[in-house]
Amino acid sequence: MKTAISYPVEGAMGKTGTWRVFKPVLNKEKCIRCWRCWIFCPDAAISRNDYPSIDYEYCKGCGICANECPVNAIEMRREEK
Amino acid sequence: MIVIDTANHIAALAAKMAKPKVIAAYPITPQTTVVERLAEYVEKGELDAEFIRVESEHSAMAACIGAAATGVRTFTATSSHGLLLMHEMLHWAGLARLPIVMVNVNRAIGPGWNIWSDLNDSMAQRDTGWIQFYASSNQEVYDSIIQAYRVAENEEVFLPVMVSYDGFVLSHTSMPVEVPSQKEVDEFLPEFKPSWLLDVENPITHGNIVPPEPYMEIRYSMEEAMRKAKKIIKEVDEEYGKKFGRSYGLVEEYKCEDADYVIVAMSAIASEAKVAIDELRQRGEKVGLARLRVFRPFPKEELRYDKMIVIDRAISPGLGGIVYNELKGNGEIYSFIAGLGGVDVSYRDIERIYELAKEGKEGWYPTEVR
Repeated sequence: MKTAISYPVEGAMGKTGTWRVFKPVLNKEKCIRCWRCWIFCPDAAISRNDYPSIDYEYCKGCGICANECPVNAIEMRREEK
Repeated sequence: MIVIDTANHIAALAAKMAKPKVIAAYPITPQTTVVERLAEYVEKGELDAEFIRVESEHSAMAACIGAAATGVRTFTATSSHGLLLMHEMLHWAGLARLPIVMVNVNRAIGPGWNIWSDLNDSMAQRDTGWIQFYASSNQEVYDSIIQAYRVAENEEVFLPVMVSYDGFVLSHTSMPVEVPSQKEVDEFLPEFKPSWLLDVENPITHGNIVPPEPYMEIRYSMEEAMRKAKKIIKEVDEEYGKKFGRSYGLVEEYKCEDADYVIVAMSAIASEAKVAIDELRQRGEKVGLARLRVFRPFPKEELRYDKMIVIDRAISPGLGGIVYNELKGNGEIYSFIAGLGGVDVSYRDIERIYELAKEGKEGWYPTEVR
């Protein structure tokens, strides 16, 4: 029986974190822990700890978290590489 | 136990006795009483299933796909435009090899708006990878639904199955039906073992991009399953016959042994054709009936007779009768289109069709030939 099943492996284009042009950086002093960034992240690259923590191995830098943050606690910085 | 009820209520009863864990359905005439009855079973606690109310038939099938992908037995029912709205998801269920069982109550497609029997809705889904059964009595509706789960969930098959029957002619007509006990059904229908499933402990992606060569392999695997399904349908049907005393085959033959002409028909018209054949036989005409019960996989090998009269209650515009076209090359065939949009096809009409064929005529009855 053949159907379109794929198992988790590193893709041909590497981990998606390497695609990033802009990097979201959280300012904990501004963060009110409303978790909107965690809700909206389309790649589930933000997890809930004391504060939102961003997994840079998978974050593609789409900027949705920064856009949704009601207190501008996430800044999108150009990647330096 | 003998139950006297409509095909819709019998379908709901069969589905209940197959113990699906998820039912997602949207009501549409003439299927409505199937889902109403199932909702009642769930509400009263007689059936331990999740009944998902959805906003459309596309969503109903999508919900069944999602549920089946988590490894549970599913059921849905629809008709006509509802089935057409599901079309994309029907392909999806087929290629995902999910053994969903669905009832389709055959109804004409609009415009003009028409709620009566016509097989064009389900026959237009013939290339979606679904196995298709067409029942000719309420008893067969019951038996086919139980058999459908066994066929769909067979490890050599893993394909969805559609059980179709005529709107109103069967769906809203009460007939006596022999219903086995729940214990007997449970013995015939063991718990569903999925071929793949979505499981958070063992994550997979299903339906991801597939390059050309593996895609063709997936398609070939489905075609192989359809070929094997012919054998499995026969085996399941025979086993069902031994246990419950009724079996039907891919094609049900009636008085074909010495027949000069064999009428090929489906669904309710085929039941009516038996009456016509008895009448014609009394007049000394050597005529039989081959009732096409399983339309996919198509039993082309099993339907070979020297002279055939094919009555299609469906039309492929610009080509002609659908069963007729699929049978081409299997003998001398006279093609008739009859009963579209619920036009009544009585045994007298079938006798007339036989006479017309003997005169070498064919076509739309009674529009072109009468």
